[in-house]
Amino acid sequence: MNKNKQALQVAALKNGTVIDHIPSEKLFTVVSLLGLEHMGNNITIGFNLESKKLGKKGIIKIADKFFCDEEINRISVVAPHVKLNIIRDYAVIEKKEVYMPDELKGIVKCANPKCITNNEPMSTLFHVTDKDNGIIKCHYCEKEQKKEEIVIL
Amino acid sequence: MENKSLVTIAEYSKEKILYMLEMAKQFEKNPNRKILEGKVVATLFFEPSTRTRLSFETAANRLGARVIGFSDPKATSSSKGETLKDTIMMVSNYADVIVMRHHLEGAARYASEVAPVPIVNAGDGANQHPSQTMLDLYSIYKTQGTLENLNIYLVGDLKYGRTVHSLLMAMRHFNPVFHFIAPEELKMPEEYKIYCKHNHINYIEHTDFTEEIIADADILYMTRVQRERFTDMMEYERVKNIYILKNKMLEQTRPNLRILHPLPRVNEIAYDVDDNPKAYYFQQALNGVYARQAILCDVLGIALQDIM
Repeated sequence: MNKNKQALQVAALKNGTVIDHIPSEKLFTVVSLLGLEHMGNNITIGFNLESKKLGKKGIIKIADKFFCDEEINRISVVAPHVKLNIIRDYAVIEKKEVYMPDELKGIVKCANPKCITNNEPMSTLFHVTDKDNGIIKCHYCEKEQKKEEIVIL
Repeated sequence: MENKSLVTIAEYSKEKILYMLEMAKQFEKNPNRKILEGKVVATLFFEPSTRTRLSFETAANRLGARVIGFSDPKATSSSKGETLKDTIMMVSNYADVIVMRHHLEGAARYASEVAPVPIVNAGDGANQHPSQTMLDLYSIYKTQGTLENLNIYLVGDLKYGRTVHSLLMAMRHFNPVFHFIAPEELKMPEEYKIYCKHNHINYIEHTDFTEEIIADADILYMTRVQRERFTDMMEYERVKNIYILKNKMLEQTRPNLRILHPLPRVNEIAYDVDDNPKAYYFQQALNGVYARQAILCDVLGIALQDIM
């Protein structure tokens, strides 16, 4: 029954992408990581919706937009368990999960104040050293950070 | 052309380390050669380090290169707000290689990505200082005849000591047994102990620094216990005199034991040790010139066979 209800929510979109199971507190970070505020598409953002799994969740529906894996994997840093539904002609044609990429370029701020990336006009770059535990290592100062400590640029 | 910068010792394989030691050995046999005649070496010290700068400049001079650079960032445009990138790009126009020391971590890595000429990292904050590691390795190799299967005792500040961390990582190829001797507040950080486990490096931890504990040492690597590292001054007062090496403690040690120290020393090695033939820290500093001659040649594409 619950499944039908969810299918109904998703079906409201004719073509596009639904990003579901976003922890509420990460919703707006996800919005900005995907650059949604600069898009002209029809976008519905649901905030603090009820969720059995998360308590409260966020949901984003973007009409006529299909992300490539690289764009979507950026989200994995803040919300590793989101689910994507790809909709075509009111039907879910594909379900996707996000994966931590091997590298994060220009997404995360280095936590080390003495790192060159915090003192020069340059991009940050991190190597993901442990995908299971979400540990990333700065390409420049070589300091490691845990996922929980990550600050998005 | 492949950029042959040296940013971290981690880039060196076991073969490369041994190759570089062989090169340093050739320079020790005959340090004055005109191999780099016509080349310009820039030494950019955004943070002062007289010892390292003089060592690099001596290496360059003995190879016949000309040296330009600065030893005090106050006199440069970085004090006017110029970015590191701009300084590096500008100096790249003048020099064939840039030796740089910077207080920010990752500065050398970034410079190596933007510069068209090779970068040699002469220390980037608390991060890396590969030429120091090479001279430590060369000193160990020279005094022990090998890098394999040695008992290496690291003493003092093992928490913040950049040189001991790099040495530990570089020695992973050579099956050492490490002994970590440090006060509680300056113990070897957990991440390096995990590194040891992953790389099958044996280690034993001690808090006491006594004659008995160092009896089996081949190398005793002393570091400075710095007052400013302590949050608890009572703790500092308690430990500051424990980690001092005195000549009397060396009576029962192995004949091949050598004492290393990255210098400057403050009081952690008593002056009566200086005359002991096991004291090696001043020769160690001299080895730095040979190790840096090898590094300068290598990044400029000069091979071992070219100097034999």
